[in-house]
Amino acid sequence: MEESKPKLKLAIYWASACGGCCVSVLDVHEKLFDVIAAADLVFWPIALDIKYKDVEGMPDKHIDLTLFNGAVRNSENEHMAKLLRAKSKILVAYGSCSHLGGIPGLANFSTKEELLRRVFIETESVINPDKVLPLPEYEVKEGILNLPEFYNDVRSLSQVTEVDYFIPGCPPQTERLLEVFTAIVTGAELPPKGSVIGADIKTQCDECIRNKSENKRIKKFYRPWEIEDDGVSCFMEQGVICMGPATRAGCGYRCIKGNAPCRGCYGPPPGVADPGAKMMSAIAGIIDEKEPEEIRRVLEDVVDPAGSFYRFSLPVSLIRRKLV
Amino acid sequence: MEFKPRIVAFLCNWCSYTGADLAGTSRMEYKANVRAIRVMCSGRIEPTFVLKAFINGADGVLVCGCHPGDCHYQEGNYRCLRRFLLLQKYTKQMGLETERLKLEWISASEGKQFAELVNSFTETITELGPCKIKETMKVLM
Repeated sequence: MEESKPKLKLAIYWASACGGCCVSVLDVHEKLFDVIAAADLVFWPIALDIKYKDVEGMPDKHIDLTLFNGAVRNSENEHMAKLLRAKSKILVAYGSCSHLGGIPGLANFSTKEELLRRVFIETESVINPDKVLPLPEYEVKEGILNLPEFYNDVRSLSQVTEVDYFIPGCPPQTERLLEVFTAIVTGAELPPKGSVIGADIKTQCDECIRNKSENKRIKKFYRPWEIEDDGVSCFMEQGVICMGPATRAGCGYRCIKGNAPCRGCYGPPPGVADPGAKMMSAIAGIIDEKEPEEIRRVLEDVVDPAGSFYRFSLPVSLIRRKLV
Repeated sequence: MEFKPRIVAFLCNWCSYTGADLAGTSRMEYKANVRAIRVMCSGRIEPTFVLKAFINGADGVLVCGCHPGDCHYQEGNYRCLRRFLLLQKYTKQMGLETERLKLEWISASEGKQFAELVNSFTETITELGPCKIKETMKVLM
């Protein structure tokens, strides 16, 4: 009997995130009715007024599925990651930030001290003559006030707690989320724990909609705004850096269809330890110069290799932060 | 305790490894800090290999291939050179001293040059001290 089947308990949480992942869930549009027919939302800060203490009060493994988006950047994020792990049967790292560290992970190019100094003291619009910095604990006459502790390193969800599945993307493509959700609701056989789901196993380039040739010889790289894109041929062949060679497919070529090169949000394909290192191999392979000075000249156009090649993946890459 | 640097050397099969072998068979002495890894061609050396060497505790990485124009596979050492220059730019951004990563061309007849290279590179790394990468990666906070 369909009616007596217990509804799935679903939770969605944002940690260090921009909110785009939560919006991508809302992008299911009218399919939302199918989702709420099959699942009860028990926790979703962007949409429901349910407090942390309500989650803390739930029995362990009470939630069937938690979509956790956002990186782990402070003690509040870490607390919620561990709490939701304990309360959930399936914990999914949803989106680039919880999968790879994402855009907030770029903070690993700086230290905690550098960031606090820049934001609270040096920023042009800040007036802070006493150089007051946020403190995790502050005593006033009414008692002690607390703020979450700001960490030195940004971490991905799996660097903090055990994760069952990863759904990549910035944000994940909503259609792929529905596929995953349907699979869980219908009780279909799920892939082994730790798998990346809702994405392909090939690279972007494998089935790219743009025309590729063997003519990959580059004497100059261009930023996208410096060149008139012909709209049909491979970005790399035109000298525009595209993360396609080192990025997992499955996004539906959203950026490429919008005439923008891939930025790498779906992360590395299976078996790749470090997407940026693969990208360096790919880029170096197409430079059509042999003399060191000439190669250096071409590489001057690759202005920020670390920031471009690890835009979404710095905290999970081999060198996951700037050395201190 | 005296600091003994750990150096990983990626040597191509046709020139540089043979060159290192020549240094051995000619009974030349050179510093024992180098761990040689033979690859078929310097073009095979991926940036991932170098980064993994550092992550796993190398204080310096040496990449050696055939002289330009001499590659057994015609183009491999040029690929190596391009990757190396890009990788160097990246590791510098990450705060790794540029001296810790070195590219040199060693032919099969250059046993003496290989021995000298190992000695001078070991000296450079000894002066720099231990690489901080392993320590930095250990701490998550």
